[in-house]
Amino acid sequence: MPELRTETMTVNMGPQHPSTHGVLRLVLELDGEQVLSASPTIGYLHTGIEKTAEQKKWQQVIPLVERMDYLSAQSNSMAFCMSVERLLGVDVPGRVKNIRILLAELQRINSHLVWLGTHGMEVGAVSVMLYCFRERELLLNINEMIAGFRLFPSYMRVGGLREDLPRGFHEAVNAFLQRMPAKLDEYEDLLTKNEIYLKRTQGVGVISGDDAVALSLVGPIARAAGVDYDVRKVFPYLGYETYDFNVPTRTAGDVYARYQVRVAEMRESMKICRQALDRITPRGEYAIADTKITPPPKDRVYTEMEALIQHFLIYSQGFTVPAGEAYVPVEGPRGEQGFHVVSDGTNRPWRVKSRAPSLLACQALEKLIVGGLIADVIAVIGSIDVVMGDVDR
Amino acid sequence: MGIESEYEIPVLTTTVEKMVQWARRSSIWPVTFGLACCAIEMMAMSCSRYDVARFGAEVFRGSPRQSDLMIVAGRLSRKMAPALRRIYDQMPEPKWVISMGACASIGGVFDNYAIVQGVDQVVPVDVYVPGCPPRPESLIYGIVELQRKIAQQRLAS
Amino acid sequence: MDAAALVASLQQAVPDATFESAVTVDLHPTFYVSRDHVAAVARALRDSSSLKFSFLAEVTAVDYWPRDPRFEVVYVLVSLEHKHRARMKVRVSGGDAHLATVSTIWPAANWLEREIWDLFGIAFDGHPDPRRLLMPEDWEGFPLRKDSPVQIRRPPHVAEPLQVTPEEFRHNVERDRLARE
Repeated sequence: MPELRTETMTVNMGPQHPSTHGVLRLVLELDGEQVLSASPTIGYLHTGIEKTAEQKKWQQVIPLVERMDYLSAQSNSMAFCMSVERLLGVDVPGRVKNIRILLAELQRINSHLVWLGTHGMEVGAVSVMLYCFRERELLLNINEMIAGFRLFPSYMRVGGLREDLPRGFHEAVNAFLQRMPAKLDEYEDLLTKNEIYLKRTQGVGVISGDDAVALSLVGPIARAAGVDYDVRKVFPYLGYETYDFNVPTRTAGDVYARYQVRVAEMRESMKICRQALDRITPRGEYAIADTKITPPPKDRVYTEMEALIQHFLIYSQGFTVPAGEAYVPVEGPRGEQGFHVVSDGTNRPWRVKSRAPSLLACQALEKLIVGGLIADVIAVIGSIDVVMGDVDR
Repeated sequence: MGIESEYEIPVLTTTVEKMVQWARRSSIWPVTFGLACCAIEMMAMSCSRYDVARFGAEVFRGSPRQSDLMIVAGRLSRKMAPALRRIYDQMPEPKWVISMGACASIGGVFDNYAIVQGVDQVVPVDVYVPGCPPRPESLIYGIVELQRKIAQQRLAS
Repeated sequence: MDAAALVASLQQAVPDATFESAVTVDLHPTFYVSRDHVAAVARALRDSSSLKFSFLAEVTAVDYWPRDPRFEVVYVLVSLEHKHRARMKVRVSGGDAHLATVSTIWPAANWLEREIWDLFGIAFDGHPDPRRLLMPEDWEGFPLRKDSPVQIRRPPHVAEPLQVTPEEFRHNVERDRLARE
């Protein structure tokens, strides 16, 4: 057979491409359909949130921080609030902890639904996207009920929550928790034993447990590779040790294993939500009683002079946080996240650094894609669930 | 437009300009340019609750060469600005741009070194939709406003 | 394991280095390390059997301008086997901002150190790929330093400049037209 002259082809999966994971640029070198090398370029969504946060007062940083990982907004703001509360040395009331756990788990289900919808759509199962977003609308209704805003409620504040739970909250969450398991079974019917899905995802994008630890991968990616690391179990916070739930792990480390881990996580989250909802009373305390941090309720502000002065001081100067640094790790939908907060004793942060699980997942992309086919690139990027807002901050 | 019903076959009379404007505004196909959080609301808009397909924006084309509308959804960083301009230049005429969200319109919450303070420094914008992120209904209202704008655009100019 | 016990076992492993305990309010016992021994201490942290910090959670930097030494590079470490965490800090001065890389010990540090170079200007000796990560390649300056401005008023750079002048372009078009005939 005469010598065939072959060349490799360089393809640019540019910052704008149809799989809506945001702006990631991959320069792939292809030999036919096989990927020889991949180099990701990030930074197309760099927003300078960390620099802007140094100019704002402590409570003003919360909306900024929510917009980093825009699919797990309440987890982000909860992690930030917990770091600042650690610096302040305050402990929030038990009811607030339960509400925070409930909202964080609902946020996890929310983020996993978006992941499932977009991942299914990219692999070819377009109807999964419509179903997942339909369920997600119920969760966004709950967000809207507590704070008036769908995606970024800014409901978590330093010292607790912004205000008490509204009327109808328990009914709405109960209705969602009753409806969701059947719907999750429906999604699993569509994908789990689907031959096309199995062919596209089994054995694709494999990473071993040791590589996952060396590359500091966390969350469902690491758990699908056999690394049993979940911050809620290993370094519990907010009282997670009193809740009864499992952490699903698999050993295969491929795209299918990550899918199984995330779907199982959604079921575990619903279990936690039910337990949390039983512990929360419809009315009660929603923040610590420190008047320097928690603004007084509006009816007192309009009638009492002292409450008016407290309200004015909080919203004009803010509160000061003692100098030091703190980092409280939290299990977000993508794994361990948290905010390394440095204070210099004034009413503005000195440095806010977000530990971004998606950044390290992007770094691991090279290892996951090389050696596979170009069609697998899409499945792998979908399975590591990167949110570019978190990667680039 | 007039409907003539004197003949057996019903006939509609109109001007070419009105026909073209009707055709253009009833099937605006956007190119996927979701950058950040607004993209999630844009995806929610295209899903079953706020179904934008009933307004004509049936499919989000992946390629700019096959689309009419670019919805810049999200914050535009300085590194991404050349890519935005390039995608805009690759779209064939007639084309329109909707700037979705506060970050695309004016820089939003992020007044700093990394974000372009308004997408209109890079591409000409037809409709600005405020919000952070705007509700899907706001974006649909933006698309309806764009349709009204197209209904007034002259063909010969 | 608190900071004193950690420092004691590290001092045994790396006798030349100087350590300093720091106060901490969260789960991380914190200590300072002298700059020249970062790589050796990192290796001891990862490999020694009582410590086993195999998981690097974070590498970040804080700019304390106008204090000197200006920068502090912070490493947050987790041990999955012993289930404890630690924070290692290194002071770096502004005029001499460089440090040994730990990306040979924890591969995850590759992009994290690139980000610190990009945003703070601290160079890492021995890093396999010292490029900017988040800012455009031709950006000048290090944005997260305290003496660098938050807001800049400059129109965005949207296109590559033309490499020929308009006269040259016209000349080229004419030449190609004549070549075709």
